Amino acid sequence: MSTDSNAVVVAARALGKRVLGPQGELRILDDIDMEIKESEAVAILGPSGSGKSTLLGLLAGLDRATSGDAELFQRPLRGLDEDARASLRAGRVGFVFQSFQLLPGMTALENVMLPLELSSHRDPRDAALDTLRQVGLQDRCDHYPNQLSGGEQQRVAIARAFAARPQVLFADEPTGNLDRATGSQVIDLLFDLRADSGAALVLVTHDSALAERCDRCLFLDAGALQATA
Amino acid sequence: MNALRFTLRLLSRDWRSGELRLLAAALIVAVAAISAVGFFTDRVRLALEQQATEMLAADLVIETSDPPPAEFEEQARQRGLSTAQTLSFPSVVFSGERPQLVQVKAVSAGYPLRGVLRISQSRFGEERPSGSGPRSGEVWVEPRLLALLDSTAGSTLSLGEAEFPIGRVLRWEPDRGGNLFRLAPRVMLSLSDLEATNLVTPASRVSHRLLVAGEAGAVRAYRQWVEPRLPRGAELESLENARPELRSALDQGSRFLGLAALAAVLISGVAVALSTGRFVERQADTSAILRCLGARRSFVLQVFLLRLLGIALLASVVGALLGLLVQNLLASLVGDWFNTRLPVPSALPLVSGIGTGLITLSGFALAPLLRLGSVSPLRVLRRDLGLAPPRFWLVLLTAVGALASLMIWQAGDTRMALLILGGAALTLAALLVSARLLVRALTPLRHRSGAVWRYGLAALARNPQISAFQLAGFGIGIMALLLLAVVRVDLLSAWEHRLPEDAPNHFLINIQPEEVASLQGQFQKSGVPTSGLYPMLRGRLGRIEQRRVSPDDYASPRARRLAAREFNLSWSTSLPSDNRVVAGRWWEGTQQNGLQFSVEEGIARTLGIQLGDRLEFAIAGETVAGPVTSLRSVEWDSFHPNFFVIASPGALEAYPATYITSFYLPPEDTALIAELARSFPSVTVIDVTAIMQQVRSIMERGTLAVETVFLFTLIAGVIVLYAGIQSGREMRIQESAVLRTLGLRRPQLLAAAAAEFATLGLLAGLLASLGASAIGYLLAERIFDLSFSFNPWLWVAGLGGGALGVMLAGVAATYPLLTRPPIEVLRRA
Repeated sequence: MSTDSNAVVVAARALGKRVLGPQGELRILDDIDMEIKESEAVAILGPSGSGKSTLLGLLAGLDRATSGDAELFQRPLRGLDEDARASLRAGRVGFVFQSFQLLPGMTALENVMLPLELSSHRDPRDAALDTLRQVGLQDRCDHYPNQLSGGEQQRVAIARAFAARPQVLFADEPTGNLDRATGSQVIDLLFDLRADSGAALVLVTHDSALAERCDRCLFLDAGALQATA
Repeated sequence: MNALRFTLRLLSRDWRSGELRLLAAALIVAVAAISAVGFFTDRVRLALEQQATEMLAADLVIETSDPPPAEFEEQARQRGLSTAQTLSFPSVVFSGERPQLVQVKAVSAGYPLRGVLRISQSRFGEERPSGSGPRSGEVWVEPRLLALLDSTAGSTLSLGEAEFPIGRVLRWEPDRGGNLFRLAPRVMLSLSDLEATNLVTPASRVSHRLLVAGEAGAVRAYRQWVEPRLPRGAELESLENARPELRSALDQGSRFLGLAALAAVLISGVAVALSTGRFVERQADTSAILRCLGARRSFVLQVFLLRLLGIALLASVVGALLGLLVQNLLASLVGDWFNTRLPVPSALPLVSGIGTGLITLSGFALAPLLRLGSVSPLRVLRRDLGLAPPRFWLVLLTAVGALASLMIWQAGDTRMALLILGGAALTLAALLVSARLLVRALTPLRHRSGAVWRYGLAALARNPQISAFQLAGFGIGIMALLLLAVVRVDLLSAWEHRLPEDAPNHFLINIQPEEVASLQGQFQKSGVPTSGLYPMLRGRLGRIEQRRVSPDDYASPRARRLAAREFNLSWSTSLPSDNRVVAGRWWEGTQQNGLQFSVEEGIARTLGIQLGDRLEFAIAGETVAGPVTSLRSVEWDSFHPNFFVIASPGALEAYPATYITSFYLPPEDTALIAELARSFPSVTVIDVTAIMQQVRSIMERGTLAVETVFLFTLIAGVIVLYAGIQSGREMRIQESAVLRTLGLRRPQLLAAAAAEFATLGLLAGLLASLGASAIGYLLAERIFDLSFSFNPWLWVAGLGGGALGVMLAGVAATYPLLTRPPIEVLRRA
């Protein structure tokens, strides 16, 4: 699906999430409305437990809302089953996680090839090698995740996220497991690649310095959006 | 994206993961057990099929206990068929002063009509084929007889009243049947020499075989002609039903070994389920990431299914090849029972072995694996999102379904398979319940023991379900071995001990009426008491009341056999000392009441004979009839001559009969035997001790073969142990790291592991010893009517062997986990 230059790629419409806890129903997110346009970088800030990761999961179609709806590439997710949501993501959505989430049984190159293959890319190997070169890991292609340092693993994860040239990138505390110096290298890399690809970025973080590098920030507190900066 | 290509990429890496190696090992054991049995029985079956014609030495054989009517042979000749005759019977031969029970076979010219004999000049000499039997004036003997008599080819052998030189050593005869069924070695002579031996009288027990061969159409036509004319009790053997005793032994043996191998499959199945469970836990993240990156549920499931399938296929091929190796062991143990060189097996067991592997995989791995399809992609953000618990009923249903299909296939009989499955389920349930109770009973002990034991016992209670399965697995394996190695020997020696020291160990049969008086004189002169001389004559049961007795009226094989064959009848004035009347009255001084019968209670039950029924017997072509006036119980193992049917004296004495007696002779005293056999050449001496020894050696080799199969069960038990350890691996590593930071030294950690596994083995040994004792007790007291004696060695072997074996395996399996540097573990956490 193609989008025009100001098209909304990610949206929330009165989005809510409630779960049943031991002490009754718990509101995690309440009545969230937001839109993210193509090529836009948006940071979602908030204290621990404010519902940041839950919001990211709902926006990416990893979870189902209990009220309202999320839209991805202007398709409401509510009516889609798990498989349809997965197909919608394939090749068009990239992810970078705090815990890297590389497949331990696959080499760095194979991990990067994965989204390319899932979106039936014509030449996944070359494209993956190219992206690994961009993140400076061309010498680590055949290494398995447990043979790489934390920073290197996150660079592989970034390469995997960008390999298929996604339209949207979701990043959940991408530097959370890294020391400051490595973290800042990784973030530079992430923003450079985003600038090149023109992908929209949805970045969940509680690091305000990092958030400042985005086009705008959303503040989440106790499950509700406070203000937009 | 192609799921297969993706799977292949992962497979090489998969091999490094412990759980998949265990899954493969479990499948290898299951498939090896099934294929070892499969390959072995396949070889025997092929041998029987390939040699079907040779096994009869003809195309058609008519076996009778009286000489076959002359018209049978005439008709065959008129139809252009060739014929030959053989007669076989037991007898005693002498080489010098040494007597030996043999199976004599007299063959006419032309024998064998199909196949060849194989003979040699000396015992180990080069074999050559021979298209005919011995010429007149010489005998051929089996190598075994030369060894028993310490004799060589060329020396002389006394057979009845004649003497013959041993012309050749008979290495193989086509229609011999298996060694299992012939306890005495073969002596073959020409039919024309038989009369000179004077061994066969009208009352002798002889098997006559008329051999017919020729063009297939003529044989078929002859068969149609002869079938309705067969005398009662005659058996017609053709290529389709050749050697029924071998076929039945093969069928029962393969069924039993196949079901024994299934015990290994069941235990391996538990290991497959455990390792798949762990595989699934570990792959949940992969599944979530794949879903997150846009893979569909069906793709994810395909990838994991194909991975397991690939490993299962590989493991099954390895298992089948291992089975091919192990079957050689089975063949070397019991292969010669089938008196043939076993051919190379077909590929069929390979296919069925691989089939077993795949069925085991689908039965035990499919249900746990399906959980991977339902992993939420949200797990990439929230690690606390666990896997849905396995659906108990689905797991149970697939496992039972797989086992049931395997059992039906192995047992070849749905009803029997379901019965065994029910029995196995009950046994397993009982074992699991007892195992759980035992694990629970350990809890109070933890509070009274030191840190090492407390930690060890806590580890057992950590996952009671897995501990219970491990206990049950080891319990079954150890119990099977105890039953075979200890209880079997106990039962046999209990039976032998029950026999009085001077229980008769020799039988004399075929004593002619005119020899009775001088034989009694000879025994008196030698001072050897006998159990008395009993007349014996053969009669066929024709009617019970008005009902004609036909084998087709009975379902049980024993009843069918009894209905088809002739009975040994006797008559007696007094009730034999080891018989007891259980219904009716024994005739005393009632000879004037006409012919009456007393029937052994077991056979009466088998054939449906009631007290008061009128029985009609055909004896030497005439019919005699009388009522059953008593039913008797008989102590068969008294080694006194005993009879199913005894007649009142008077009516049967006119018919040709021989006499039988038994007596005890010290093993070293062979002089009397030699003297008896010389003075009474047509009398056959049967040495029970020698036969018993041979039966025992056959049993021991059979037991070894069964033990080989049960060994797979034990190996499967060890794999379940490893799988259990693997499934609690992370927790174990974590705990040991914490314990080590708290100051526990490595030897203490190992001691704790030793305590844990020794306890597991001890409990399994306890269950196994209990089970084996209970089964031993039931067998002894209820089935064999023996007094059960407590054998402390059973418990020593069960508890000691169990504790030591499981402890060694367990410590070896956990050692690598306990020796990790704690900082490495804690930093990661």
